[in-house]
Amino acid sequence: MLEVAGLEVRYGAVRAVRGASLAVGDGELVALLGANGAGKSSTLRAIAGALRPAAGSIRLDGQEVLGTSPERMVRLGAAMVPETRDVFPDLTVGENLRLGAFTRRGDAQGVAADRERMLAMFPVLRERQDQPAGTLSGGEQQMLVIARAMMSRPRLLLLDEPSLGLAPTIVQRIFAMIVELRRAGLTILLVEQNAAQALAIADRAYVMRQGEIAASGPAAEIAAATDLQQLYLGG
Amino acid sequence: MTAFLQFVVDVLALGGAYALMALGLVIVYGILRLVNFAYGELIMVTGYTLFLLGGSPLPWILMAAVAVLMAVLTGIVTDHVAFRPVRTKSVTAVLITSFAFSTLLQNAALLLISPRPRSVPLPDIFSETVRLGGVVTPVRNLITIATAVVLLALFALLMKRSVLGLAMRAAAANFTMARMLGVPANLVITSAFAISGLLAGIVALLWLGRSASVAPGIGLEPLLVAFIATVIGGMRSLEGAVIGGFLLAFIDTSLNHLLPQDLLKFRDAFTFTAVILILLWRPEGLIRGPAAGRRT
Repeated sequence: MLEVAGLEVRYGAVRAVRGASLAVGDGELVALLGANGAGKSSTLRAIAGALRPAAGSIRLDGQEVLGTSPERMVRLGAAMVPETRDVFPDLTVGENLRLGAFTRRGDAQGVAADRERMLAMFPVLRERQDQPAGTLSGGEQQMLVIARAMMSRPRLLLLDEPSLGLAPTIVQRIFAMIVELRRAGLTILLVEQNAAQALAIADRAYVMRQGEIAASGPAAEIAAATDLQQLYLGG
Repeated sequence: MTAFLQFVVDVLALGGAYALMALGLVIVYGILRLVNFAYGELIMVTGYTLFLLGGSPLPWILMAAVAVLMAVLTGIVTDHVAFRPVRTKSVTAVLITSFAFSTLLQNAALLLISPRPRSVPLPDIFSETVRLGGVVTPVRNLITIATAVVLLALFALLMKRSVLGLAMRAAAANFTMARMLGVPANLVITSAFAISGLLAGIVALLWLGRSASVAPGIGLEPLLVAFIATVIGGMRSLEGAVIGGFLLAFIDTSLNHLLPQDLLKFRDAFTFTAVILILLWRPEGLIRGPAAGRRT
């Protein structure tokens, strides 16, 4: 579904991503691991169209999408959940969800059904529907941004550090949700620093170091590799 | 009692106009974090359109509608000419391009029409007065109050209920995130400029009613008023702009009533002193607005 080749992202003189290549197949859950600053988030943001890569190729369903605007990427079926958990704090939970379905304004029935599905999956959001999203806890906000991204009915979900700053029990619940979404047929590219937990649910994994893909393979193999810690710390 | 009623009507009429002006400025600022310095020229354009239509046999309301439409179009053109080409490049560039566009429009009016004020057609009702509970007030003031109430209500409804309003509020809080949900950047920005033009155009009709004439520099005072009102109210908040508008009108009107005759010509100095005091107390303005925020 997604093929990235030779991706380069620069911030001024800094090369955050240096020729990264990766692929995500239909229905796969692929983890992109690496230490802080390895270029994972930049790679994900480049795929989502939120920043413009300096070079490389990004193909979605075989179609070149490098440099496409973020709003167009959503229409093409790739939804992004950024690590900063950008809920719109002054909008209510319900309004946040409604905005997630912005690209589907003609499909009121489908949107209502999806909203029901998301509220069933995240019951706490139903309780807090009329509350400003800024009043939710970190874990609830993470659920909201995932549910909101799902409202566009994406085929590919780009998840950036969903475990960041959350208590372990909440992280477990979020990861259980990710597994459930994947079981329902969603393709997921998951960026995580929490390698053990990500490898436990992923099919395959890539490890990034200093802007390059340092290792890749089935999740079990990556998990078993003795140099995993070194990949992380050896930068 | 009559003095008090007079005061209330004055504050509401002036405040209504100020609030609408401020709202027109802040709706663009909220999304782009950029002040549109060509905002005052929207009022000028409305005035000159009325002036040019003045000799025609059209009913006034139709002329007014065309004039407001011209303000809306000018707003959209401002986006395309001054903002869109340099928006993602630098803040300084947009400051300069919006100043340049403002100067361009003013000079066009100087060159093509006249540096002298030109009279605009106004319906008779604008110059009539009415007796209300012992107070004699221009009907224009009551029209201004009614217009402000209706427009503010419609605006609130649009922002709270419609998907476009929701998208605009979201874009004002976090533009990139809104785009990552599929909200097209250009749709939101063009809508903001169009609404800004609509508000400016309608305010212009009421504003022009005071002097019944239009001159190239007419936009300066409304721009300044809108800017000060939004600064008092909080640059990031739509409610703040409205509150700031009414507060500024309250200060101005109070000074009009309280200052002795020979100090009245220094009224603006007193107004600005009050504004400075408010800002010392609340540097971010009265209303803080959405927490996170960044430009395109």
